[in-house]
Amino acid sequence: MAKYLVRRLLIAVPSLIGISVILFTILALAPGDPFEELANNPNVPPEVSANLRAQFGIDDPVMVRYVRWASSMATGDWGFSFASRIDVDQLILQRLPVTLFILGASQVLALLIAIPIGVYAATRPYSIFDQIANTLAFVGFSLPTFFTGILFILLFSIHLDWLPFVYRTDLAETGWAWWWAQFKQSIMPITVLGLFQGASWTRFVRSAVLDVIRLDYVTTARAKGLTERSVIVKHALRNALIPVVTLVALEMPGIFGGAIVTEQIFRVPGIGSLLVSAILANDTPVIMAVTFVFACLVVFFNLIADILYGWLDPRITYR
Amino acid sequence: MAGSIPASLTVDGAGAPLRPQRSWSAEAWRRFRRHKLALSGAFILAVIVVAVLVAPWLWPVPINEIDFSARLQGPSLKHPLGTDDLGQDLLARMLYGGRISIAVGLTAMLIAIVFGVIIGAIAGTARGSVDAALMWLTDLFLSLPQLPLLLLIIYLFRDSLKAIVGPEAGVFILIVIVIGGFRWMPVARLVRAQFMSLREKEFVEAARALGASRVRVVLRHILPNSLGPVIVAGTIDVAAAIIAESTLSFLGLGFPPDIPTWGRILFDARDHLDVAPHWALFPGMCIFLVVLSINYLGDGLRDALDPRKGM
Repeated sequence: MAKYLVRRLLIAVPSLIGISVILFTILALAPGDPFEELANNPNVPPEVSANLRAQFGIDDPVMVRYVRWASSMATGDWGFSFASRIDVDQLILQRLPVTLFILGASQVLALLIAIPIGVYAATRPYSIFDQIANTLAFVGFSLPTFFTGILFILLFSIHLDWLPFVYRTDLAETGWAWWWAQFKQSIMPITVLGLFQGASWTRFVRSAVLDVIRLDYVTTARAKGLTERSVIVKHALRNALIPVVTLVALEMPGIFGGAIVTEQIFRVPGIGSLLVSAILANDTPVIMAVTFVFACLVVFFNLIADILYGWLDPRITYR
Repeated sequence: MAGSIPASLTVDGAGAPLRPQRSWSAEAWRRFRRHKLALSGAFILAVIVVAVLVAPWLWPVPINEIDFSARLQGPSLKHPLGTDDLGQDLLARMLYGGRISIAVGLTAMLIAIVFGVIIGAIAGTARGSVDAALMWLTDLFLSLPQLPLLLLIIYLFRDSLKAIVGPEAGVFILIVIVIGGFRWMPVARLVRAQFMSLREKEFVEAARALGASRVRVVLRHILPNSLGPVIVAGTIDVAAAIIAESTLSFLGLGFPPDIPTWGRILFDARDHLDVAPHWALFPGMCIFLVVLSINYLGDGLRDALDPRKGM
């Protein structure tokens, strides 16, 4: 198991390097020069600006600049935010927990929706339930998260006045009241993301279970006299989840996209809204760092998918 | 953002009964017609596209006529979809925005498909290290966080492109290239898989035995037969590109404010939800309807173009 993990980690390294190369290439290709203003400013003598350029290595070859950037990222020196006046890694560490909480909870919600409904629909294909579930799934993933978010705010915050539509980290309440307020303000962001993911996963689960349920070993399990419940849950579902895990891992980048939008709608102070505000404030170090963090998260979740894969499918040995 | 829209994986193993020989397209149309929801999707889409195209004759109200006496009004006879905070007519703005959203969707899809087919075809015909390298690249692109990178690229390149070709065309070109550039991977994988299986088929071998050149075999025999899944993927890509564009505009980082795409109208409407809900509801419903119709259309096309499915 440990060996398998190490090998998967080693496989993840080239993709991280590839992503960092792509990121840096985009930045290097981008027009504009951070010292342009200095160079054009008549009050700054040319020697000073030349000195600054040499100090920051702006005129070095691209390769040298990439190695310097990558090694400072790797050693934890992520630069300084122009807009917030603190170190970028500090800023991201402040914002990351909220994002992970919202993302994690919404994925759990999505699984709680997708697995039961998908399995139930697959055991009764083309029944009324299946058709309703299928239609709702289609509607669910055709509704972009920004529109569902607005509909939720209209209904629950403005019309019914049940839930707050701004997410705050500085709640005034303490004790149980704090938990209650935290719960109330988390419902909408989590549900918006969870429903969207749940809708598309329901279709994955349904078709995967439908694929498996016709195989001979399921018939064998039924013939042995096992209850329908244990045939479905223990025999069919476990195998059906293998392709589902792959598809979910492939969707990971899209999920982060949804998270950015949701954070922006409900003003959740996570790294997604940090990215948007950094872009609006031209805060390049923060933009680069957040994009890289998102890339790392994608690679990390792919790693988890690989491990889950090995656990679900005994044919994949941990070698 | 939608990310990749899942494939419909309905499994139907039953063999098709024997029936008289029909041409490929007639057979596909016969299958497509049976998918009622796909037909209605195609119909709704056609209505929206025609409405958007003939809009200037249909509703000759300028999109930027400011009328402070009619601010934030609900739907009325004079303004069928109401007005925004500057008293601009929403119907005119929506019709104009629809043009851009649909144009972005179609162009981005074309870019994704052309790029995906080229990469997939090269990987599928060249074996060995070229194939491995291209597939590594495809997998790398699949694991990139798309929306953050979209935002990053638009942030970095927006101003210089605007300076070269003007604000509207500059943002359009940038958005279309970037969205298309992040959606070719599924197409490349599909095409490669098709090429891998088709190149071993008897008819390809026959063509090769008759002395057809490699280019001819690929262009005349393998490529046309591998286009079915590509058409389906392309249809769904249009929806994904429309969502991507709306997402960018909704975040305030897409088209500039004077170009009212559907996402941009939603973004502007966000701060007036309590007094003017219609302002947000109409563009949102439009995006939803178009995306839903395209998804159903794609589902119907999948049923129609997949010859393994007996219906």
